[in-house]
Amino acid sequence: MKRLTYILPLVVCLGLGAFLHFGLSGNPQVLPSAFIGKPAPAFAIEALPGRRPSEHAVSGGLSRADLTVGQPVVVNVWASWCIPCVAEHPLVDRLATKEGVTVHGINYRDKPADAAAWLARLGDPYAKVGADQDGKAGIEWGVYGVPETFVIDGDGTVLFKHAGALSPEIVERKILPLIKGAK
Amino acid sequence: MIRHIVGALLFGWAAMLSLSAHAVLPDEILDDPALESRARELSLELRCLVCQNQSIDDSGAELARDLRILVRERLVAGDSNDEALEHIRTRYGDFVLLRPPVQASTYLLWYGPIALFLFGAVAVVIAVRRRRLVVGAASPDALSDRERVRLDAALKREDET
Repeated sequence: MKRLTYILPLVVCLGLGAFLHFGLSGNPQVLPSAFIGKPAPAFAIEALPGRRPSEHAVSGGLSRADLTVGQPVVVNVWASWCIPCVAEHPLVDRLATKEGVTVHGINYRDKPADAAAWLARLGDPYAKVGADQDGKAGIEWGVYGVPETFVIDGDGTVLFKHAGALSPEIVERKILPLIKGAK
Repeated sequence: MIRHIVGALLFGWAAMLSLSAHAVLPDEILDDPALESRARELSLELRCLVCQNQSIDDSGAELARDLRILVRERLVAGDSNDEALEHIRTRYGDFVLLRPPVQASTYLLWYGPIALFLFGAVAVVIAVRRRRLVVGAASPDALSDRERVRLDAALKREDET
């Protein structure tokens, strides 16, 4: 009994330390999406005006119907004013070109002319690009910053969300396995 | 005296002014004052996800403005306060609520302090009781068995004489 009174504070302290270590070690800027495992939100935006033809481009506006085509798709939220979007762009291109994934773009709070010029300059790997000029579609998706990337299975269920620029690790360890698993 | 009163009034007025210093822009404000005050109430409950420790009522971020406008649209469309909050919560998750909802994942947060307080109170009660028992046993008022025997013997001798 007496020994317990000596050991107990140590145990409590270690427990609290472990709790705080794991509780505080995450990045508070990265928030879980409210949509994981749930159907993607209903939205419909018109096609980005002035977009030039490209290899993967599909004409027409972007809506929820484009996410339920039986094949997993990636939705990438970007803007021409967004610096990390430039950094991650080669990875979006790799998904579309090398991995053969359908990537739709939501052009968030942007001027269409700037967005079209951005795509012409850096390459256009997107299938459809919808122009979300007033940010309403972004709100439907729970977007709180750009870039954000969602993986959606063939039935329109959101499997994964990444907030911030993509990295090769995220593409290889998270996105590609999910897409292969969903096929 | 009067100076003090005037000073206090001025201070209160300034404090009220600073309280009402918010990020709501004139073009967002609804014509209906009742709806507008409800919208302000809700805006104080919603976190700006860009700045994270500010409500959308305080924040100048574009997203905060979008959400303030969305709250007003929902209220104009006839949503109750809870429905309007829920509308945003389904899109942005629990984190958007500045007051965390009471649910299984937040029991520790809500009830942890009460549990800790009860634990401490019980520990104090036990400690105090134990100390009383120890002190009671060693009290100079109480006689040990040996002392009692000696006392009895002494009293007996007294009687015999």
